[in-house]
Amino acid sequence: MISALKEIARRVVDRAKEKGASAADAFLREDETFGVTVRRGEVEKLKEAVSQNLRLRVFLGNRTATSQTSDLSPSRVDQLVDETVEMAHLTSADESGGLPDEDAYPTEVPDLRLSDPTWSSLSPDQRIDLARRAEAAAFQADSRITNSEGASFEFERSETVLANTVGFVGGYEATAGSLVSVPIAESNGSMQQDYWFSVTRYRDKLDSPEDIGRRAAQRALRRLGAQKVKTCEVPIVFDPLVARTLVKHVFDAVSGDAIYRKRSFLVGQTGEQVASESVTIVDDARLIGGLGSSPFDDEGVATRLTPVVENGILRSYLHSAYTGRKLGARPTGNGSRTGGGNISVGPTNFYLKPGQESPDAIIASVKSGLYVVELIGFGVNTVNGDYSRGVTGLWIEDGKLAYAVQEVTIAGNLREMLRNIEMVGNDIAFIGSVAAPTLKIRSMTLSGE
Amino acid sequence: MNLPGRSVFLESYGVTIQDIESYLSAALERGGDYADLFFELRINHSIGLEEQLIKTATKAVNLGVGIRVLSGEKTGYAYSENLDRESILKAARTAAFIASSSAGGSVGLSTPTDHGHNLYPITLMPAELEIREKIALLEQADAAARSYDARIRQVQASFVDETRHTLLASSEGRYVWDVQPMVRFSITCIAEENGNRQYGLQGGGGRRTLEIFREALDPRALAREAARQAVLLLGAQEAPAGPMEVVLGPGWPGILLHEAIGHGLEADFNRKRTSAFSGLVGQKVASELCTVVDDGTIPFRRGSLNVDDEGNPTNRTVLIENGVLKGYLQDRLSSKLMGVPATGNGRRQGYDHIPLPRMTNTFMMAGQSTREEVIRSVKRGLYATHFGGGQVDITSGKFVFTASEAYLIEDGKVTAPVKGASLIGDGPTVLKKVTMVANDLQLDQGIGICSKDGQMIPVGVGLPTIKIDQITVGGTRK
Repeated sequence: MISALKEIARRVVDRAKEKGASAADAFLREDETFGVTVRRGEVEKLKEAVSQNLRLRVFLGNRTATSQTSDLSPSRVDQLVDETVEMAHLTSADESGGLPDEDAYPTEVPDLRLSDPTWSSLSPDQRIDLARRAEAAAFQADSRITNSEGASFEFERSETVLANTVGFVGGYEATAGSLVSVPIAESNGSMQQDYWFSVTRYRDKLDSPEDIGRRAAQRALRRLGAQKVKTCEVPIVFDPLVARTLVKHVFDAVSGDAIYRKRSFLVGQTGEQVASESVTIVDDARLIGGLGSSPFDDEGVATRLTPVVENGILRSYLHSAYTGRKLGARPTGNGSRTGGGNISVGPTNFYLKPGQESPDAIIASVKSGLYVVELIGFGVNTVNGDYSRGVTGLWIEDGKLAYAVQEVTIAGNLREMLRNIEMVGNDIAFIGSVAAPTLKIRSMTLSGE
Repeated sequence: MNLPGRSVFLESYGVTIQDIESYLSAALERGGDYADLFFELRINHSIGLEEQLIKTATKAVNLGVGIRVLSGEKTGYAYSENLDRESILKAARTAAFIASSSAGGSVGLSTPTDHGHNLYPITLMPAELEIREKIALLEQADAAARSYDARIRQVQASFVDETRHTLLASSEGRYVWDVQPMVRFSITCIAEENGNRQYGLQGGGGRRTLEIFREALDPRALAREAARQAVLLLGAQEAPAGPMEVVLGPGWPGILLHEAIGHGLEADFNRKRTSAFSGLVGQKVASELCTVVDDGTIPFRRGSLNVDDEGNPTNRTVLIENGVLKGYLQDRLSSKLMGVPATGNGRRQGYDHIPLPRMTNTFMMAGQSTREEVIRSVKRGLYATHFGGGQVDITSGKFVFTASEAYLIEDGKVTAPVKGASLIGDGPTVLKKVTMVANDLQLDQGIGICSKDGQMIPVGVGLPTIKIDQITVGGTRK
């Protein structure tokens, strides 16, 4: 099928050229998706589809326009190509616009082992059974698990193809399966929901449904009896699931898009100490089997490993061809195709490298503080680093987790938070393209009663 | 009244009534209780300005049909982006998989179902004709923002318009279509002074065409408003930390209702008893001053629809009346299982998604006080007039929303602006602490996007000025 997609992509960019485009690239994706949710032992939802999508970008010199369609009937695609070229006449000339330079494309496409054919031998009934077991394990873990939002198994197989008018044509296949359990714990009339999951490209790497269900139950149970605490300044420990949101904010602030727009608290700080010495962050698109890995980015640039922060020192921003030109840097293979066909800067496998400390040792180091297990709300301003979010957590008293805390916020500024990372855990979990281990921040304002 | 002519799917995509009937029959081959087909064609155009250049122009086409089969509490779903007969039949049989008896049957469609209302009668204009006008409006907005204050360094602005054609046909014979327009303008300004950078964000729109920006909603005024907000924040102090009295201004701060109670009153969570509001109908969940409604029938509003995405006419649903919880927001599945009428709140992002109970335009009715009285009554508190996003934990009821423009109130007077801070509260109890409601109800300007289960849909909110006796403000200054 990849060859069929390549054929469409080539035809599309040829047509754009015929219609007067000086350059163009076409990005096609075909996804085969399956999802099932089991709730209270019964199938609640089952969804399956194959879908296709074309995203096109054309240039007239350095003017550009883009389009996207799920309707791949040849006559309608042709019409859309023509309209896209027409639209490009109306946009502004932008000196940084254009396809990536010729030396940016990969000379050979490495096999990053993104696809596992053995998923297909998993029958629909077996898939349903995985979800059923993950839910059942949560109910069996404790009698206080009284309800559930269910457990879901999802699978996706995708083919991605890119072709452009300077002769680059490439494609790759990827698979990913995930299993999540979402139990609800109840005591004294109040309910708490939490979840745990496993996500992987390889079928034999999916955690057992029993482990996922049990762990999800533990996570929900430990939130029971949550109370408010008094407003205070205390050390804050982020569990890995939460720590990766912090790392995502760093990504947002080092993306070339944010830098040239000056929408980042890290503008103009390469070579400077922006985090504590224990912090090293990389963007590595070539991680074998990584959830964010790809051999080339969404505009064809060869991907690579980019050190972003080394021992606290900001080394590099991340770039598409466009932001690289704007800022006088080489593209880093972080071009990401948006829904409409434009290129923005996106993470590949962007992660904070694990340190030496065990999570237990980190918790034990806190006399009195908060272990954060969930953050809600959008109170993060990456333009200036201001940070204020709602928190659910566990109070740490004399180095031990004591009781659940809810309806409080933590606030500070990302600049200080990064400099105040005192301890880095050894427990990184690659459960998405952005990842982090347990992190301890010296002090933040907790607002409560 | 009904829409004139025929649906685009019959006009231009070769779909016939007989085809639809055969697809529905195939969907019920394994004996489901109910099946529906949702054809959708969504065409949108967006154009973006940044660094005083028109940098992006985009057209997006989403075409497909979603097929749903219900059997008891089970939902089977499949979709196809190819509207040929074989593809749709295959999808129908995939959706049928969850049902498990052999009983089938044939399906006959009735004549088109009447909408009952036509909330956005418009003449669709070819977007290509409008693109030059949009560019001119973007350039005017950019100029207005930059001339507002020399400290405005970056301006990003965009227009997005969408035309969404839907056609819903069900095994119960329902057959209804709609054409739903939408426009949205948004602008972000970055102000900078001595290394301090702040941003302001404004926007507006509705189920209209570009004409709204020639009249009611001037992009230049929105630009100046975004610039004002960014510049104001340059001089803002740290927000306070801890519980205090909070006054919410009218309009967009209605996001409080959306997060604190709206999601928790969606029927799916209550049917499954996973919401903090489960089983509270008939009980007091708010002060007597509070009457909250969800109304999908307000002409031209962003959250309005003639029919929801299951073909049911939208309604005005009273959620809370004088403090008492009256009911939930229903889709078809939950209303059947709970044995109550559908409320026209079954919505989906697109053909590739299963419908869920969702909000339309959610707001609190006006009260008796004046805004001045409300502010004057506060000794020490926060006055929040504009918000970023919000989020809720349905099961525990805890919600957060983040102020993007707020001031201190000291001795009954609005004083210093403070930086953005999150406000956190508890859905089932926060409205019990509403002690004043003003007479100045406003609906927002038309920028709301609501996300649930990964599905994004347009919504509206509204609020009069209200006072909440105590809510925790998540700043840094004690």
